[in-house]
Amino acid sequence: MSVKHALLALLSWRPSTTYQLRKDFDASTGQAWPLNIGQVSTTLQRLERDGLVVREGGPSDDPAAPGPWRLTDAGREEVTAWWRRPVPRADRGRDELVIKLALAAVVPGVDVADLVQRQRSAIQRTLHDLTRLRRDADPEDLPARLVLSNHIFAAEADLRWLDEVEETLLRARRRPSPARRPGNATRSTPDVPAESTEDVPTRSTA
Amino acid sequence: MNTHHPPTMPAQPILEMRRASRVHGEGARTVRALVDADLVLRPGEFVAVMGPSGSGKSTLLHLAGGLDTPTSGQVLVEGTDLARLSVAQRAVLRRRSIGYVFQDFNLLPALTAAENVAFPLELDGWPVRRARRAALAVLAETGVADLADRRPEDMSGGQAQRVAIARALVGPRRLLLADEPTGALDSGTGTEILQVLRDRADRGAAVLMVTHEARFAAWADRTVFLRDGRIVDETGPSDPAELLAEGAR
Repeated sequence: MSVKHALLALLSWRPSTTYQLRKDFDASTGQAWPLNIGQVSTTLQRLERDGLVVREGGPSDDPAAPGPWRLTDAGREEVTAWWRRPVPRADRGRDELVIKLALAAVVPGVDVADLVQRQRSAIQRTLHDLTRLRRDADPEDLPARLVLSNHIFAAEADLRWLDEVEETLLRARRRPSPARRPGNATRSTPDVPAESTEDVPTRSTA
Repeated sequence: MNTHHPPTMPAQPILEMRRASRVHGEGARTVRALVDADLVLRPGEFVAVMGPSGSGKSTLLHLAGGLDTPTSGQVLVEGTDLARLSVAQRAVLRRRSIGYVFQDFNLLPALTAAENVAFPLELDGWPVRRARRAALAVLAETGVADLADRRPEDMSGGQAQRVAIARALVGPRRLLLADEPTGALDSGTGTEILQVLRDRADRGAAVLMVTHEARFAAWADRTVFLRDGRIVDETGPSDPAELLAEGAR
């Protein structure tokens, strides 16, 4: 998550003190990603070093008279470019769940069905919490509603993906193939198509 | 305000299933549709049931509603063991204590909304005027008072389902069993129906809903997962500290 760009975006709205920026950040992200004042302060110092923000009314190292921060022209250009740039999926960080399940598919002795169910249950519980939060959210609090919606859709996507994982692994296990090791693509039954027409129970769309 | 949490002092269960099993057939043809299901629903509780096709969801709902009887174990509705009732007594209990909501609404096409809702009360011997008054009151609660004199063919899917929920809850009934109640509705209308079900639970009804949509199950207090006839998992209440930690990540 780009704290840097979020702060620049807030400053493009209005000049602001470090404390006020932190408050505005929390309010406009539905408090989904709480920032501490130290993170805000450090980020602002880096932005100042890079010429993207300046402090009004004096040098930033004068603790006696800390004026509000404002954008420089370069800062304004940076924000404009940021708004225009889509967020690459790869920048969302490594997903432990994806890595864990990919490993579970190849490491022998892992009870994948149990693993999937535990994960499904945990995500469903989160979905209950998110749904309750959104239901109880102030209808006027658009940032909170939008952030919560994003979490809800992401949780739903994870649940659908888990269904897919379960089906795929069930199919793979029913195939008479010993080849489930990393790097071993050899199949003992090369004549059987990868998506065979075995009668495999499907999940929950009926 | 969040009002749907069960009270601190647990109330008497409206529905209680104790190791309830339903087996069809014998010998090699035995099908264990439901195995040792334990489930308790108290007033104000809303529970969702999820699982793949053939996992026992419908069987669980049928047993809970007295439409079928367990081959072993017990099902109690408002403290009454359904197995101890005659067929006629069970029919009376079903009519007085349990309401059903189906995917395809099951409204009687020749009757208006108010007549559909009043119908189970009239079957139970209520005078027509009193039954209509009760029907109008519950139609107002589900947000379709203005449709009282309309027939099902002149309603949208969402409106018909609201009428069906009103019918399921009219009179003294406090147990609502819903089988894929949003299955025939678009996402937005489905959410409105969940709002109605949630509202009924918040007012004290016990709601048991089968669904395959995680987003709709999330309106319940908890979700029970079925697989191969067994309850394999259940979402418990959240730990607030864990929630805060998740938010900070």
